[in-house]
Amino acid sequence: MAAIEILGLEKTYSVGFWRKKPRYGLRPLHLAIEEGEVFGFLGPNGAGKTTTLKLLMGLIFPTAGSARILGMELDDPRMKAQIGFLPEQPYFYDYLTARELLEYYGQLSGVDPKQRSRKVNEVLQRVGLPDVGGVQLRKFSKGMLQRVGIAQAILHDPKVLFFDEPMSGLDPMGRREVRDLMEQLKHEGKTIFFSTHILSDAEALCDRVAIIHQGELRGVGAVVELTSSVHGRVELVWHGTTVPASLRALGAECHIIGSTVRAVLSEANQDTALEALRRERLRLISVTPVRTSLEDYFMQKLQPAGATVGGRA
Amino acid sequence: MSARIVHIASNTFREAVRDRVLYNLIVFALLMSGASILVGQISINIERLVVINLGLTAVSLFGVVIAIFIGIGLVSKEIEKRTLYTVLSRPVRRWEFIVGKFFGLAGTLLVNTFFMAIGVFAALLYVSHRFQKPDAWVLVALYFIILQFLIITALTLFFSSFSSPLLSAVFAFALFVIGSFAEDLRGFAGISQGVTRWLATGAAYIVPNFSALNVISSVAHSNPVPGQVILYNSAYALVYAAVAISGAVLVFEHRNLK
Repeated sequence: MAAIEILGLEKTYSVGFWRKKPRYGLRPLHLAIEEGEVFGFLGPNGAGKTTTLKLLMGLIFPTAGSARILGMELDDPRMKAQIGFLPEQPYFYDYLTARELLEYYGQLSGVDPKQRSRKVNEVLQRVGLPDVGGVQLRKFSKGMLQRVGIAQAILHDPKVLFFDEPMSGLDPMGRREVRDLMEQLKHEGKTIFFSTHILSDAEALCDRVAIIHQGELRGVGAVVELTSSVHGRVELVWHGTTVPASLRALGAECHIIGSTVRAVLSEANQDTALEALRRERLRLISVTPVRTSLEDYFMQKLQPAGATVGGRA
Repeated sequence: MSARIVHIASNTFREAVRDRVLYNLIVFALLMSGASILVGQISINIERLVVINLGLTAVSLFGVVIAIFIGIGLVSKEIEKRTLYTVLSRPVRRWEFIVGKFFGLAGTLLVNTFFMAIGVFAALLYVSHRFQKPDAWVLVALYFIILQFLIITALTLFFSSFSSPLLSAVFAFALFVIGSFAEDLRGFAGISQGVTRWLATGAAYIVPNFSALNVISSVAHSNPVPGQVILYNSAYALVYAAVAISGAVLVFEHRNLK
């Protein structure tokens, strides 16, 4: 059974005062996310990522279509007891301390009162805030609030987690810690659906990704497959600043960076190029097949149909 | 009552306390002390009447202002600040949230009124030197004031479920003022003719009848409040508040949160 099934979920807004026109927040979306999968929902700002998450959380209602989480309807409280949600740039009741907030959310999620206090301490420890449980949230920095947001999402040990831009507002160290935490959650068998526009995070964490742009799903695929396709091109790197003329004749794109040269050329010309380097007595550092990065795939999917990106699409 | 409603209500109460809402009690205490000292010096034999009138009117006005100004933010502030997102993504139904918020504010007003009532009785004791049997009717007047708070809180919640905080405050305050003259509106309907009569009668029955819940003057003159009135007023206020809360739930159940 899929952990999350999205069946033609659609959201249209009416804009304008007199002559109302429809504006698509989300065009019919079909997706299935398996249990234990880490799924990245990628797109530029305003692509429809948050709209999708808000629909799944029941915060807004779809114009058409439906979705099921753990086989249950979106308004089913039994389902909601098994999910955790981190909104984008979360804001909490700032008159509460972190511990009071988590206690409150624990009560609402039906966490056993006998275990609540222990669980609160555990999650505070887990998100790196063990010493500030008694501090009012109005005194927290943006990064600390993000950690509290993650703590409240995992407090009740949910099966499925929804994170909206979980790394937003974090410094590089914080991002690394959140990434590690998500890795741990993945190893614990949680299903994670997270939206981001930071592609390196998605590439490092996700099993699969979907690209959304202007409210429309542009592509879905496994990260391993998307980043492993060889395009028949290789990259050669050698010491020095000399570029043999024969390499240029082969159509290699050469860049001199400090005391090394990086050349990208067709795989068919690889042996000829290596022979040329040997002849010139240049010391080879590496020969690597050129692979598609997630960024390439992302940029390709963001283009209108038929357009190409940088000749590498 | 669902445990979640209790948790939401107690959190709403905690918010009001930490936002220093109960600080109004200090102003009230100063008002009552000043009034009782002043009344003792300028009134002859009507100290009790003045203290009850002034005290209960202040209790009512302070409470209405708190009910409206906190009530308008109960839902809108949660939407604006997006604190609602992490509540509604839990096993909390939207109606539970609204009902919890209502009880939270009602509880705040109840506690506030309790302390104000102590102030009124203290002032009464100061000017009369002893309690009299008719002073018990002051408790009934206070009970009716609490019933007014329930209605105004429910109405404010209803307005704030679909309009801006400012408009909600305007609507709620306008209804409080009109409702305070509901008996006059009914009287006007009785002497009108044709369409005016229909409109006035409709308006008189739609607006909350706060004048029926105001027995301050009667109690100040030591007049008893009949049991039947207590019963009818209780039923009326509870039904009115329940209808307004149901309206708020109905609107909020279908609202898209921005």
